[in-house]
Amino acid sequence: MKKEDFLSLLILVFFVVLLPVISGNTYTLTVGIFSGINALVAIGLCILMGYAGQVSLGQAGFYGIGAYVSSILSVHMGFPVVISTILAMGISAIAAVILAVPALRLKGHYLAVATLGFGEIIYIILNEWGPGGPSGFGDIPHFGFFGYAIDSTQGYFYLIWGIVAVIMFFSINLIQSRTGRALRAIHDSEMACNAMGLNVTAIKIKVFILSAVYASLAGSLYAHYVTFISPSSFSLFYSILVLTMVIVGGISNLWGAIIGAVVITVLPELLRKFEELDVLVYGLILTLSLMFFRKGLVPILIDKIKKLRGFAFAKR
Amino acid sequence: MLTVFLQFLFSGLTVGAVYALVAIGFNITYNATSIINLAQGEFVVIGGLMMWFFSESLKLPFFVSVALTILTAGIIGFLMERLTIKPLKNPDLLLMIMITIAVSIVLRGILMFSFGKEPYVYPAFTEGEPVNIYGAIIQQQALWVIGITGFCIVLLFFFFKKTMLGKAMLACSVHTTAAKLVGINVSRMVMFSFILSAIVGAIGGMAITPISLMEYDKGPMLAVKGFCAAIMGGIGSNRGAVLGGFLIGVLESMTAGYIHSGSKDAVALVILLVILFLKPSGLFVSKTTLDLRKF
Repeated sequence: MKKEDFLSLLILVFFVVLLPVISGNTYTLTVGIFSGINALVAIGLCILMGYAGQVSLGQAGFYGIGAYVSSILSVHMGFPVVISTILAMGISAIAAVILAVPALRLKGHYLAVATLGFGEIIYIILNEWGPGGPSGFGDIPHFGFFGYAIDSTQGYFYLIWGIVAVIMFFSINLIQSRTGRALRAIHDSEMACNAMGLNVTAIKIKVFILSAVYASLAGSLYAHYVTFISPSSFSLFYSILVLTMVIVGGISNLWGAIIGAVVITVLPELLRKFEELDVLVYGLILTLSLMFFRKGLVPILIDKIKKLRGFAFAKR
Repeated sequence: MLTVFLQFLFSGLTVGAVYALVAIGFNITYNATSIINLAQGEFVVIGGLMMWFFSESLKLPFFVSVALTILTAGIIGFLMERLTIKPLKNPDLLLMIMITIAVSIVLRGILMFSFGKEPYVYPAFTEGEPVNIYGAIIQQQALWVIGITGFCIVLLFFFFKKTMLGKAMLACSVHTTAAKLVGINVSRMVMFSFILSAIVGAIGGMAITPISLMEYDKGPMLAVKGFCAAIMGGIGSNRGAVLGGFLIGVLESMTAGYIHSGSKDAVALVILLVILFLKPSGLFVSKTTLDLRKF
């Protein structure tokens, strides 16, 4: 792991531990929890888009599978929450394989639309055959370990951001490993990778599964925190929201996914008075950042810091 | 038996006509730019809602409303291309897809802001008794939808085969650099392709609204289904798009009628996935042609 990433991870952990101490009110922590849940999905999509160069418009589908499967298993079949979350991740992985094996042979628009189609199919299934139909269902148990349920907001905050930190650690290691280098190579030229003897399709499928599993985990965490779910949380809009997070934060940097997730989750809280305009505001943010800040917030900040440092050294 | 079947068949053909128009819209921009404009569904919604605005809200005469709606759609297509597609320097495919998605969200936001979330409807183009074919009742508006679609297809066929502008647009799709070399203003052709695809979408929207109502968030579904139709026929092929559109419309209506109405919307998506997996070049375009394309 690079020095900067290690430092950033330390700063993240520091902030996470500190936030409930500085501002212990439930509202701040709740927004924090949602930021963390979104960050998990965004990290997965960021690896898929920024490193493997594949677009997915179906992350809401995996997020929905995570939420529904683990809720149904724990409510109707009495599985412990942790087990049902893991089972949901397995089912998402299987769904990802079924979708990815044929779809990842396709490029560009095709994959985008295939994943969009997948997300919509899941949405329709949840509406038509999910428990409670379009109005959803509740009484979903909280997370718990060994009979000890986590039901306080603060506890959940630590749980979710702890998971984010672990996932982040794992993901950073992944993209700096041999697989990570292969991913970046695929992004630059698939043909060259094939020529070098890399199994491009296998690597892409693995990354796609990874992003699906992250989204599924986030979905389960969401369901067991809110304790009530309905299909509307898992519509195309959520996939677009996650896409916006990744692009605003910076597609080529994993930290961008976390920053983007926090910014886009906090933003509507600040823009409460534009309630009806949220779709328009997201669209404009997405359009403008695609056109003018194509690199995203984090890479731009890094460039700025490097420049400032350059000045400081030059003066000496 | 036959009556019910015919009833489903005709309602399928009516919706299918709109899918075909959306698919043709995809093809027009794809052929000139190799961009899939995922905001194509929003153009249909714009057609329906603007027609309501001019004819019901402002109470303008029918033909004036139609003309103004087409004009509005054309302007929106023009603005979309000039504001978001043209300024991009050395864009890659990923960026292009995301830009069109972003524009579609902005358009949806504007539509929701100006029209609200409720569905809109206006009377059919002609009043009168529904037509009875072997016991199946067919609204006159359904005949209008199918007729208008057919008319558009014939018109576009002549446009691309017989007019200078149409031929120049086709030339851009065959080879951009070669088109430039023979003096075609490629940038202008890209602009025209966006205007034309917006107008084609809006015409579909105007025709279908009296039957199926129109609301601000119908765009993505229409875009997905139109895309299914385009993929099914082989992207870039207008003949394929028309057949694909009607086929998806009919299959959808049969599923809703005979199997389960809730899974109607899933049909097109399942077809899309199956086609993508089995024969991504589509039913009417050869694999070689697809490989020669930019993506």
